[in-house]
Amino acid sequence: MNEHEVQIAGIGLHPFGRFEGTPVTDIAVQAVRNALADAGLGRGDFQAAFCGTAYGGVAAGHKVLDAMGMTGMPIVDVEAGCASGGAALMLASGAIAAGQEKMPKGIIRSSFFEPWREDAGLAATPAYFALRAQRLMRESGVTREHLAGVVVKNRRNGVHNPDAMFRKEVTANEVLASRVVCEPLHLWMLCSPNEGAAAVVVRRGSGGVRVAAAVLRSHLPGNVLSEATPMSGLVDDDVPPPTTLAATAAYEAAGVGATDIDVVECQDTDAARELLSYEELGLCPRGDAGKLADEGVTEMAGRLPVNPSGGLLSKGEPLGASALGQVVELTRQLRGDAGPRQVEGARVALGHTVGRGANASVIVLTR
Amino acid sequence: MGETVPVREGLFTNAPGGEVRLVGGRCTSCGEHHFPRLPTCPSCSSGACEEILLSDRGSLWVWTAVTAPPPGYRGEVPFGFGVVELPEGLRVITRLTEAVPSRLVFGQPMRLDVVPLHVDDDGRTVVTYAFTPS
Ligand SMILES: [Zn+2]
Repeated sequence: MNEHEVQIAGIGLHPFGRFEGTPVTDIAVQAVRNALADAGLGRGDFQAAFCGTAYGGVAAGHKVLDAMGMTGMPIVDVEAGCASGGAALMLASGAIAAGQEKMPKGIIRSSFFEPWREDAGLAATPAYFALRAQRLMRESGVTREHLAGVVVKNRRNGVHNPDAMFRKEVTANEVLASRVVCEPLHLWMLCSPNEGAAAVVVRRGSGGVRVAAAVLRSHLPGNVLSEATPMSGLVDDDVPPPTTLAATAAYEAAGVGATDIDVVECQDTDAARELLSYEELGLCPRGDAGKLADEGVTEMAGRLPVNPSGGLLSKGEPLGASALGQVVELTRQLRGDAGPRQVEGARVALGHTVGRGANASVIVLTR
Repeated sequence: MGETVPVREGLFTNAPGGEVRLVGGRCTSCGEHHFPRLPTCPSCSSGACEEILLSDRGSLWVWTAVTAPPPGYRGEVPFGFGVVELPEGLRVITRLTEAVPSRLVFGQPMRLDVVPLHVDDDGRTVVTYAFTPS
């Protein structure tokens, strides 16, 4: 056994949804309890905790473990926007490779823009999504129908996910009939922020599901439409986005290429973001996102199913929890425990989140 | 609109009778531009940046419209929102005066203007920069 190998020992989830009156700590406790039970571990059996959260506040992880009577070990809270869970897993995996054992988890609930940008109406998050979508339509042959198609696909997958917030199929016509939020994005093409928690126990060891790579990257300067949402950028279309930086490093660390991947959970905060991720992750050449969707490659029956869980479009998005939520789903897929949404024979899985910061995480799991 | 106040000092020039220009920076080390003006060059991290007035003409690179008030915003909707490419090799996030996306086309010439946002507690009209088809 390679002493640096890190395996997923346990996974746990609190369903994603809206839980009025339930404190965020309680939500997280359930996920952590489930993950520890899945790993067959209890109090005193883990040596460190990493808590990824975007809006959990000061000492979010301490509160969770305090509520469980499981404090004493180092507890590190990490915020990296939508990639918070990825950051927690990166730290946990890295610490293990160095000889410890960990337990990360993610939480949520929602200031990023300076006050003047709010006053000027420039703190319009969906508008930035829409601008990226418009560029994708211009450069990658993506149409409104493609955007609606992503929603149809993910919502269809989500029907089979009991932990998802939306579990009803939708048609492309229904998606396109929903109100336009920011052209070309209709309301149903945007995911809903909500609450939830995911927890993962990792330990040193081989066999089972292995964390082959857990990489977090920030943005390079220059791209005006970067998730760092700068006010200006250069006339340069070749600045690699943070997702590509993270993916490149993850493929190298895991010793796999994009063509080796069997199943993907990727950031679908909006329908265009998923299509853009195909290109940024190298699942298809730049400019081919529309073509990849047309060929049905990313459908459940396709060569490379994307978002079998239903994605954030079905689950809703608890920012801090979403990356570890993907790890939970992908671990189920690799264990063959995904039930009606199982991708047969999946051996290599990729999880991807990207958002404010900018932060992008790419996780590769193998079995 | 009576007395006006910029949404943020140092963002753009708007002297009465004077021209409207965005206040940016140019790095004397790598030559790249940025907006708003920063003390450090975002392209090369050099501290050798000088303040410059950016071109008030550009071309439309991408656009949409905001239909619901974003957080903290007290002005009217809908309004146009997009990126204009300036001759300095810079793409700038901006409001657009045209709120109907289908009336705009890629690459069309745009010029800088000043638009009202809301009236503040002292009765002054808060204004910001925006690009308009020229
Ligand atoms: Zn420079």
